[in-house]
Amino acid sequence: MDFQWTKKDLLDLYDLSRDEILHILNTAEEFKKVSQRNVKKVPALRGRTVVNLFVEPSTRTRVSFELAEQRLSADIINMNADVSSFRKGETLLDTLKNIQALQADIVVIRHQATGAPNFLARELNMGVVNAGDGAHSHPTQALLDIFTIREKKGRIEGLNVVIVGDILHSRVARSNVWGLIKLGANVTFAGPATLVPREFEKIGVRVCHNLKDALAEADVINLLRIQLERQQRGYFPSLGEYSRFFGIHPETLRCIKRDALIMHPGPINRGVEIDSEVADGPQSVILEQVTNGLAVRMAVLFLVAGCLK
Amino acid sequence: MKKNNTWILKGGRIIDPANHIDRTGDLWIKDGIIVEPGSFDSALAETLNLKGLVVTPGLIDMHVHLRQPGNTDAETIRTGTMAAAAGGFTSIVAMPNTSPCADNAGTIQYIKDFAAREGMVKVLPSGALSIGRKGEEMSPVGSLKAAGVVALTDDGCCIQNNELMRHVVEYAGNFGLPILEHCEDKFLAGDGVMHEGYWSVLLGMKAMPAAAEEVIVARDIILSRLANWKIHIQHISSRNSVKMIREAQAEGVRISAEATPHHIALTDVEIKRFDTNYKMNPPLREEEDRMAVIEGLQDGTIAVIATDHAPHTQTAKLVEFDHAPFGIIGLETAVPVALTELYHRNYLSLSQVISKFTVGPATILGINAGTLSVGGAADVTIIDPELEYTVDVNDFYSKSRNTPFNGYAAKGRTMATFVDGVCIFSLLKDSAADDEENR
Repeated sequence: MDFQWTKKDLLDLYDLSRDEILHILNTAEEFKKVSQRNVKKVPALRGRTVVNLFVEPSTRTRVSFELAEQRLSADIINMNADVSSFRKGETLLDTLKNIQALQADIVVIRHQATGAPNFLARELNMGVVNAGDGAHSHPTQALLDIFTIREKKGRIEGLNVVIVGDILHSRVARSNVWGLIKLGANVTFAGPATLVPREFEKIGVRVCHNLKDALAEADVINLLRIQLERQQRGYFPSLGEYSRFFGIHPETLRCIKRDALIMHPGPINRGVEIDSEVADGPQSVILEQVTNGLAVRMAVLFLVAGCLK
Repeated sequence: MKKNNTWILKGGRIIDPANHIDRTGDLWIKDGIIVEPGSFDSALAETLNLKGLVVTPGLIDMHVHLRQPGNTDAETIRTGTMAAAAGGFTSIVAMPNTSPCADNAGTIQYIKDFAAREGMVKVLPSGALSIGRKGEEMSPVGSLKAAGVVALTDDGCCIQNNELMRHVVEYAGNFGLPILEHCEDKFLAGDGVMHEGYWSVLLGMKAMPAAAEEVIVARDIILSRLANWKIHIQHISSRNSVKMIREAQAEGVRISAEATPHHIALTDVEIKRFDTNYKMNPPLREEEDRMAVIEGLQDGTIAVIATDHAPHTQTAKLVEFDHAPFGIIGLETAVPVALTELYHRNYLSLSQVISKFTVGPATILGINAGTLSVGGAADVTIIDPELEYTVDVNDFYSKSRNTPFNGYAAKGRTMATFVDGVCIFSLLKDSAADDEENR
C-alpha cells in the first residue's frame, strides 16, 4: 500500500479524507490478526509512552485503549480527573505541558468539554488521540463501527445505515455520520424530534421521527444509549414511553430486513433502547464491535506514532 | 505642566450627525470648549492640519467592562480608559459587574474617584438593577442616581422574575435612569456556550437558542409599554429581536438597541476552530442574523454601536471552550471594524456610522455629549477612514488580548482623541499628544 499517513493527531472523522479512513480500516485488519494469535503482542510502540487521560470517566473505551497500548508494547501512564494537578487547580494545558516535558509521545484523551482534544492538539507537540469529547466526536468508536459493518457486509457504499436515539447529545452519531457519508452510505437519524435536530438534513442525512419508517430499508441499525438525565431535562416524558416508541423489540425485527445488523456502542440499557432478545439475538454484532475496537485503536496508535518526531 | 487645550483643527471633514453637519472646515477649541471659528486670536492656539481626515464628536461606548474594582488582572480603569482613548472613545459607560458589584453608592464613588485620578477619558458609571445582580431584590436606585450613575443594568445577568422587572422599570423611570438590558432567559440558554443552530448541531456543542434572547426582548417591549419607560436592549444578536424592536418602535414603545462590532462582522461558523476568542454572550449567530443586525443599523432600529469590551486574562481564556469565560475586548477595534464592515461595504454612510457612536448613545443615555455644538466640551475624535492597516494585539493599550480581530485587515482608524480639548492620544505625524509620562 502506497498511502502515507501524515497526521500526528486523531481528532474527528470530519478532518479525515476517504483514503485516510480506509487506510485506518485496512491497518486495523492487520492488527486484528495479531489479536487472534497465541502471542498477542507486537513491538510496534516499544519505547513510546502513551498517557491515558480520562477526565470524563469511562470503562470500555479506556480498557480497550489500554489493552491496545499493551499489545503494541507501549509504556503507559493512566490519569483521571482525580489526579492531584486538577484538584490543585492546574489547567488542562499546563498538566499536559508537564507530561510533554517528560517526553511522553501520545495522549489519549476523554473529556466532557467539546473541542478539548482540538485545543490540545493545537498547543502540544505530542500526538493527541480523541477518546471522546463532549457530544462532539468519538472517532475510534465510529471507526470500529464502520470496520464492523465493512467486515460483515463487505462494503459501506450504498448501505442504509440508521442511527437511532439521542442524536443531539451523541458524539458517536456525530463521528459515524462523517465516516459513513465519506464512504458512500445513506445515513438516517431516527428518534424523537427533541433529540434529533433537522439541521442534519443540511449535510445529507435523512431525519426521521418515526421509527418504523426509519427502519424499513435499513441494512444497519445502530442504537444509542438513552440517558435518564435527558428525561429529567424534559426531552421525553419517560423511559417507558421512549422504549415503546423508539426502542427495538422482538416484534420490531419482523418489520426490518432479515440480514440487517443490530449495533450498539454500549453500555446497553436492556429493556429501554433495546430488548435483551434483540441484543443477544443473531442479528446483533454488539460484542464483535468491542473486539474490533481493539484492532482499530491499535491501528490508530500505530499510525499516529509513526508521524511523531 | 498645564496641558494645551486650545486648538484650531484645520481643514478636516467635520461630521457632527447631531447637528446634521457634514462639511469641510475648521473646528476651534478654546480652553477645552468648542467655540465659533474666528472668535479668538489664532496665535493663542496650536494648529493641526487635518486635510483628508474626519473630525467627529468624541465617541461614546455605552457598554464597557473596566473590571475595577475586583478583577484588575484583566483590566483596570487606567488601562481600560487608555484603550478607550486609542479607540477614539471620550466617554464610556462602565458596567456594574465588578467585585464588589456596583449596586451601592460606595462602589460608584470608588469608581468615580479612581476614574477622576487615573482615567484618560470620561467614565460614566452604571449601577446594578438588582442587588448583587441576582435578580431577587431591587437595588437602591435613588441612591445610585444620587451617586452619579447614568443608567441601570444587570449586564451579564437578566432578571427572570417578570414582576420584579416590571417594578424596577417603573421605579427607574421615576428617577430618570434608562435600563440597559442583557436579554437572556436562563432556562432556554441553559449551559449553552454558543448559538444553537447548524454549527452547534454539527459540533455537538452545548448551545443557546436565539429564543433565549427573543423571549426577554418580547417581555421587555411589553414592560416598557406598560411602564412607559426606556429600556435599551444591549448587544442585540438575533433577527427576530431586531424585527420585534422595529415594530415596537413604530408603535411608540420607548425601546432602543445596540449592536456590537463582532455581531456585525462575524458568525457562528467561527466556532469550529474552538478558539475561545469567539466565545461571547450573546453568541455569534447566523448570517441571516448578522444581516438583520446590519439592516437594523441601516433603518435606525439600532441606534448604537457598543463594544461590550470584556477583558479576560490569557490564563482564563486558554482553556477548554466550555470552561472559558464569555467575552472579548473591543475598544481598540470598534472603529476599524465598523468602518470596514459597514462604511466600506456600503451599508452605512460615514455620517451614519459616526451617529451610532455619538448622538445615538448620547440620546438614549440623556447625556450632554456626542456633538460638536459651540459651547460644549471639546471631546473630539479624528479618524482616517481610508487608512489600511492590520490589527495587531501587541499594539493594544488594554491589559487583555482576548480578541478575534488580531490580524484583521482594517480600513479606517482612529488617529487622535481629545478630551476637554486635551489631546490624549495621537497617531498624527506631528504628534500633538503629550509625552506618555505626562498622560
